[in-house]
Amino acid sequence: MSKLEIKNLKAKIGDKEILKGLDLALEEGKVHVIMGPNGAGKSTLSKAIVGHYDINVTDGKIIFKGKDITNEEPEIRALEGLFLSFQHPVEIPGVNNAYFLRTAVNAKRRYEGKEELNAAEFLREMREIAKEIGLKPELLNRSLNVGFSGGEKKRNEVLQMMMLKPDVIILDEIDSGLDIDALKDVSKGINKLRDGKRSFLIITHYSRILDYVKPDYIHILMDGKVVKTAGPELVEKLEKEGYSSFEEK
Amino acid sequence: MAQEEVNKAISGEYKLGFEIDIEEDKVPPGLNEDIIRFISKKKNEPEWMTELRLKAYRKWLTMEEPHWAKLDYEPIDYQAISYYAAPKKGVDSLDEVDPKILEAYNKLGIPLEEQKQLAGVKVAVDAVVDSVSVKTTYQEELKKLGIIFCSISEAIRDYPELVKKYMFSVVPMNDNFFAALNSAVFTDGTFVYIPKGVRCPMELSTYFRINAINTGQFERTLIIADEGSYVSYNEGCSAPMRDENQLHAAVVELIALKDAEIKYSTIQNWYPGDEEGRGGIYNFVTKRGLCEGENSKISWTQVETGSSITWKYPSCILKGDNSVGEFYSVAITTLAQQADTGTKMIHIGKNTTSTIISKGISAMKGQNTYRGLVKFYSSAKGARNYSECDSLLIGDKCGAHTFPYLESKDSEGQIEHEATTTKISDEQLFYLRQRGISEEDAVSMIVHGFCKEVFNQLPMEYAVEARALLNLTLEGSVG
Ligand SMILES: Nc1ncnc2c1ncn2[C@@H]1O[C@H](COP(=O)(O)OP(=O)(O)OP(=O)(O)O)[C@@H](O)[C@H]1O
Ligand SMILES: [Mg+2]
Repeated sequence: MSKLEIKNLKAKIGDKEILKGLDLALEEGKVHVIMGPNGAGKSTLSKAIVGHYDINVTDGKIIFKGKDITNEEPEIRALEGLFLSFQHPVEIPGVNNAYFLRTAVNAKRRYEGKEELNAAEFLREMREIAKEIGLKPELLNRSLNVGFSGGEKKRNEVLQMMMLKPDVIILDEIDSGLDIDALKDVSKGINKLRDGKRSFLIITHYSRILDYVKPDYIHILMDGKVVKTAGPELVEKLEKEGYSSFEEK
Repeated sequence: MAQEEVNKAISGEYKLGFEIDIEEDKVPPGLNEDIIRFISKKKNEPEWMTELRLKAYRKWLTMEEPHWAKLDYEPIDYQAISYYAAPKKGVDSLDEVDPKILEAYNKLGIPLEEQKQLAGVKVAVDAVVDSVSVKTTYQEELKKLGIIFCSISEAIRDYPELVKKYMFSVVPMNDNFFAALNSAVFTDGTFVYIPKGVRCPMELSTYFRINAINTGQFERTLIIADEGSYVSYNEGCSAPMRDENQLHAAVVELIALKDAEIKYSTIQNWYPGDEEGRGGIYNFVTKRGLCEGENSKISWTQVETGSSITWKYPSCILKGDNSVGEFYSVAITTLAQQADTGTKMIHIGKNTTSTIISKGISAMKGQNTYRGLVKFYSSAKGARNYSECDSLLIGDKCGAHTFPYLESKDSEGQIEHEATTTKISDEQLFYLRQRGISEEDAVSMIVHGFCKEVFNQLPMEYAVEARALLNLTLEGSVG
């Protein structure tokens, strides 16, 4: 059964059509990987899934856990369990990182009809996870992403992911710019959340991360469409031949 | 993005716009020497004060309303304003305050009974309705320490020497058009004197309420901190919702002697008018502090959320060596509000330092201008200033403008200036919403983050109020 299904999705940014009839289905509990050349529309796809306002969906459907969410508000999609780790996480001055995270965690708990986490419980869990993924504790008390290094921002995305425990996780270039230790830490976080139910969509340019996070499917996205879907063996072929052999004739 | 939603989210209702249903004594509209004599007489003022008022009035007649600020408003008809209005009951005896006024102040969250405390903390309050002070709390307790906390009318009668010495000493009666008008017709306000070496044990505050229709409010506040003393003073205000504009032209003078410190905080929440710019308070205010003695310090913190027009530049004259001036400001203009606000830091003494942190937030059709002057006299060897002026825009119909001026006759002085203008970006909003935070909460989180440095300067009880007020201003019908 698929957790997230994208059917014939067409989307524009401004006047420019970026997604041109894209089909993709994420299976329950599986790790899907998307690879594709720069500018192919990978980030656009991930933003379309979570409802970014820059992206104007003109045709097609996004089905999440059996519900059509194509026109749903972004916060509702998030509360329903969709998470995007951004390629470029934005900085928000004056908003304390831990305070923000607690607000997000409690918004989700309220939505699910659960009691809010009290400060002590929240802090304990947050600190534990931060340690696990090698996020410096002082970053928890700084303004959200402000002045964080590239790697620190990515680790902070993983912290949020692990605290929010979403059902479908999209990671847009979570591995770009990471040193080897950071890559291991981030992979550890992802693997920890693999529970046979949660689905992942990893957007990457490098096979490196796939040494740590074992994928189930590889999709190639070119010019706004998924042009090929296969097993992990596809990566090797890609590394050898590049994208040109997948171009639609 | 859905800009309308954000607009809705930030145009919270004005919740303090009720009228207090009381009988008031009111003079007919118009201004002339007879009216000034009438006000002076109503307040049982000595002859010298009446003469000073008349002198100010005659100066005012020769002056012109200034129009250099970036403000656009209908001309003010000074003859259409009533210059005196007072609740009929309870003016002469403090114990006979009209229950309706007590009720109204309760509704505003300002306790006028001493046993009721604000957030569990003792705060002494001077309550001013239109032209008169109706009640001042904790006076007896403060008197034991030699602290004078009373209405300015009482001070003129009971402490003429202090008033003669200090009134007009920081803001001369002909300082500017609005100050001159105030000097002629000022009605009530607060007087504070902290004696040598005394640290005022509680927050002092004044709550101004405009109630009567077609009247102006012209309060005058004078605070003197004698050598080595400390006081934290707070001012709040509100007004009913009306379609006509009402004029508020206040003057505040602060004097800090050697080693003294005055912390002055304002939460300004006059009625802002409506979306089309109908109604609202015209707020033309002159606030200035003199750091007279060595090592003295004056700190202004203001949170400006109300008024349709705000013209206000709380300033510090740093005369004493090593004296310190600070200005922390959050000014929010939404609806059709316009604010032209900032500060002047005048460095005269050696090693004087000043800090300016200004945060302007504009939304809807709001126009927000920062105007600041830093001036170094040649005597101000080793003076330093740090200025930071940040503007936050929400939407694209609003505006932010920054006019920092610098005059330096001393090449040794150091000035550091930083200015930024940012838009609440769709990316920031989206990031928070992607984490499940509603749009309204996301806007509020970003704006609070932007104001944090300034709110941190407010006394705790007032910081809570300021945050709540900001939320109210941001509150709307989203979701
Ligand atoms: N805000 C925007 N305005 C205009 N064009 C945009 C905008 N965002 C993306 N695009 C364009 O859409 C196309 C797809 O961009 P997208 O970011 O989805 O590519 P990508 O596959 O993620 O590339 P990369 O591997 O470099 O991250 C590009 O041509 C890009 O220039
Ligand atoms: Mg991308």
